[in-house]
Amino acid sequence: MTKEFKRSDGRKLDEMRPMSAKVGVIPSADGSAMWKQGDTIAIAAVHGPKKMHPQHQQDPSTGKLRCNYTLMSFSVSDRARPGKNRRSQEIDQIINWAIEPALLIKNYPNMVIDVSINITQADAGTRCAGINAAVLALAHAGIPMKTMVSSVALGKLDKTLVVDINKAEEDFEEGEGSTDIPVTMTHDGKITHMQLDGKITPKQMTDVMKMAKKACDEIYEIQKKALKDSIGGKE
Amino acid sequence: MDKFQTTSDVTGERIKQYLAKGKRFDDRKLDEFRDIEIEVGISKKAEGSCRVKIGKTEVLVGVKMGLGTPYADNPDKGNLMTTAELTPLSSPRFESGPPKFEAIELSRVIDRGIRESKVIDFEKLCIKEGEKVWTVFVDIYSMNDDGNLMDAAGIGAVVALKNARMPKYDEKKGVIVYGEMTDEKLPLSKDIPLAITAHKIGDSIIVDPTLEEEDLSEARVTVGFSDGIISSMQKGNSAPLTPEEFEKVFGIVEIAWKDIFKKIERFVK
Repeated sequence: MTKEFKRSDGRKLDEMRPMSAKVGVIPSADGSAMWKQGDTIAIAAVHGPKKMHPQHQQDPSTGKLRCNYTLMSFSVSDRARPGKNRRSQEIDQIINWAIEPALLIKNYPNMVIDVSINITQADAGTRCAGINAAVLALAHAGIPMKTMVSSVALGKLDKTLVVDINKAEEDFEEGEGSTDIPVTMTHDGKITHMQLDGKITPKQMTDVMKMAKKACDEIYEIQKKALKDSIGGKE
Repeated sequence: MDKFQTTSDVTGERIKQYLAKGKRFDDRKLDEFRDIEIEVGISKKAEGSCRVKIGKTEVLVGVKMGLGTPYADNPDKGNLMTTAELTPLSSPRFESGPPKFEAIELSRVIDRGIRESKVIDFEKLCIKEGEKVWTVFVDIYSMNDDGNLMDAAGIGAVVALKNARMPKYDEKKGVIVYGEMTDEKLPLSKDIPLAITAHKIGDSIIVDPTLEEEDLSEARVTVGFSDGIISSMQKGNSAPLTPEEFEKVFGIVEIAWKDIFKKIERFVK
């Protein structure tokens, strides 16, 4: 890692953007949460567990998690067309896979838990913010969970690894350019989701995973506090 | 499949008994709105945006500006496109997928309310006649449904438009320079067109129903109204209204418009 590398917003290499979370933002939902990470804002709501519909998708051996990710049309500079596209369909499934290991989903045979995730303002790392919001909403809905998951997008800007990249960094083009690595981890450090676009060596990936763990631990503390705050608990 | 919960018959009967005496569960008068909360600038990426809460009902509305070609019959005028999504996030009653009738109707009624009020000067949104014009996108998302999403959307559309700024336009390249807003507002008149919906329940006419009350609505009339002038209207559902009931609707709408205007005035200057 080169020491001289300066991030455009002046953060340290391992410094997260300011984060905040609030649980219970949507009264009609069974569980809900807002997650803010820099200028990226995600709102998630849980409906269920309820009987799976359509019926042919019911599975007597387990319940199902059904995440639905929406990038609001006005959350990005160039208006996003409303409705599902290939990107959002892939992200739906990525989020399912990222979160499901944390849930005791087998407790709900034939049922479905619907999680709607809406991005109201996007500044990179929207799937990660969505996961952080979704898992909070699931906890708020009282869905039994083994652990929490926390998600963050790391980046390699030219040769330097940084944590929690923003849009300007995602569009970084100097040197080796920008590599975008969204990672989701359980609290005990297992990786439930990892994607990568760019180029990086296996050796650097070891550092990526170390940095991700540290970042996820920070995120976890904020998630925990938001949940405690929602029931008037004290840290 | 678990059917979504509708207002139970006993609750419905009680609501009707109350309304007949001019009362409501939450102590409001029949022509009175719930508290309205507004927050502007909820998305930095939007040219204009806001959050509107009416009681527990909440919508987000964003205005985006895009470039388009004018319609052949209006070569010197900009375009307006209004969409609404009744998100599954906001209610167990809404499912994901292509917009259903409710969402289509909502966006069309709000669209006409804005368009017909002439609040937007579309001629000023023309860049090159017959070739290039601005398109104003008004996108509405429901966040929590506790009745009366329509009026919340109408308020949100006006507030978002009034707070919107034109993006920077690169004349040479003919493209929008995203991320750079000008200080210039959209070409709007001083009008505050609002969609106000009156519902008929039994023999009563009410505004701003909660979800429980909305379930009992036999017919509704949405009026696009701005300071004494009706510029659009839509009657929904099949129960008929007498001309006298329509007159009552217009009276109530006028009162409601003044009530809402006072509550949102500082956000629409």
